Amino acid sequence: MTDTQTRVTTWHEIVLATLKANDVKLVVYVPDRVFTPLIKAIHADTFFTTFAATREEEALGIIAGAWMGGLRGAALMQTSGFGTIPNALASLVVPCQIPALIFVSERGTLGEFNLGQALVCKTMRPVLNSLAVENITITRLDELAFTVDRSIKQAVATQAPVTFILSPLLTGGKVFEG
Amino acid sequence: MTAKPARAIGAHNAKVMNRFELTKRLVVQLKRDEAVIGGIGNANFDLWASGQRPQNFYMLGSMGLAIPIALGVAIAQPRRHVIALEGEGSLLMQLGCLATVAERAQKNLTIVVWDNGIYQITGGQPTASATVADLVAIARGAGIANSAWAADEANFDQLTASALKGEGPSLIAARIDNKPAVATTDRDPVQIRERFMRGLGVKAGPNS
Repeated sequence: MTDTQTRVTTWHEIVLATLKANDVKLVVYVPDRVFTPLIKAIHADTFFTTFAATREEEALGIIAGAWMGGLRGAALMQTSGFGTIPNALASLVVPCQIPALIFVSERGTLGEFNLGQALVCKTMRPVLNSLAVENITITRLDELAFTVDRSIKQAVATQAPVTFILSPLLTGGKVFEG
Repeated sequence: MTAKPARAIGAHNAKVMNRFELTKRLVVQLKRDEAVIGGIGNANFDLWASGQRPQNFYMLGSMGLAIPIALGVAIAQPRRHVIALEGEGSLLMQLGCLATVAERAQKNLTIVVWDNGIYQITGGQPTASATVADLVAIARGAGIANSAWAADEANFDQLTASALKGEGPSLIAARIDNKPAVATTDRDPVQIRERFMRGLGVKAGPNS
């Protein structure tokens, strides 16, 4: 990368740029502290249509409808919110073969201070694996662009959802502040 | 919406109508390939029975998500009007979506709620709307100003005609009887989704 090109150095800049490169124009989220810089940047970029849903399964329904209408969408949520979406995955997204792009800000591990978060986190990968939904935990900045880019392309080509679990090792996570 | 009823019709004095009859009355008004999302259960069964338009999507699970799905289609295709048909039990499960729709001010979206006061398909247990909850008041409170009870069949036709003009979002609630749906949707999710996407012009190929 030369000095004249924009240097993309943070995880949220990479996610935003990769969504853009793959023409993912709709981003529906349930707010999350760790994802805040990503959400702010997406709001600031007119390429995107973005807004908050009141509940994660609502966000999944919206991006499923958008896909069927010809618009690629992603849903952003945190680990505990993932707990609201297994029914929407199992009875809408998976059987209808909709390439929903799901980004989860991972809590419940690597320094979690809330037992409720820690337990929900333990249910997430078993749920995804039992539905055979592709799920990728990303810990390294240098693998982020490649992983997200290729996995979005695979999701679209194979008409299957994908879940990106963004580890605190990548994002810094949420720290107990006493 | 340009024409508003002279006075607000409350749930208690709206006529009890029939879901299949009203579904047919709605479908005959669809002249511009409007998309219709049929919510889980009788809402999509009667939509199926009304004629299998390629612009219909029949939801076989994901209770409560007819309105979010319709919102997604409406965002993706702003020049096409989109209608969600949802039962009151399903709406009560996902009330937050009314606030999302209102905040988006999605002009090309109409919500039709069938309210018979029971969870009909699971054994007829009463819903909160049978006694205390007024779905139109809830929708207005969520920010969907164009929300109304259909007083009778003629008023339902007026409300839907007005909503389809595109100054939405609108919500139309209809009190209905407890007659079961007249048919059952073929439960093939991939085929339903494929036909719908072809019907919306997203995928090439035959429409049916």
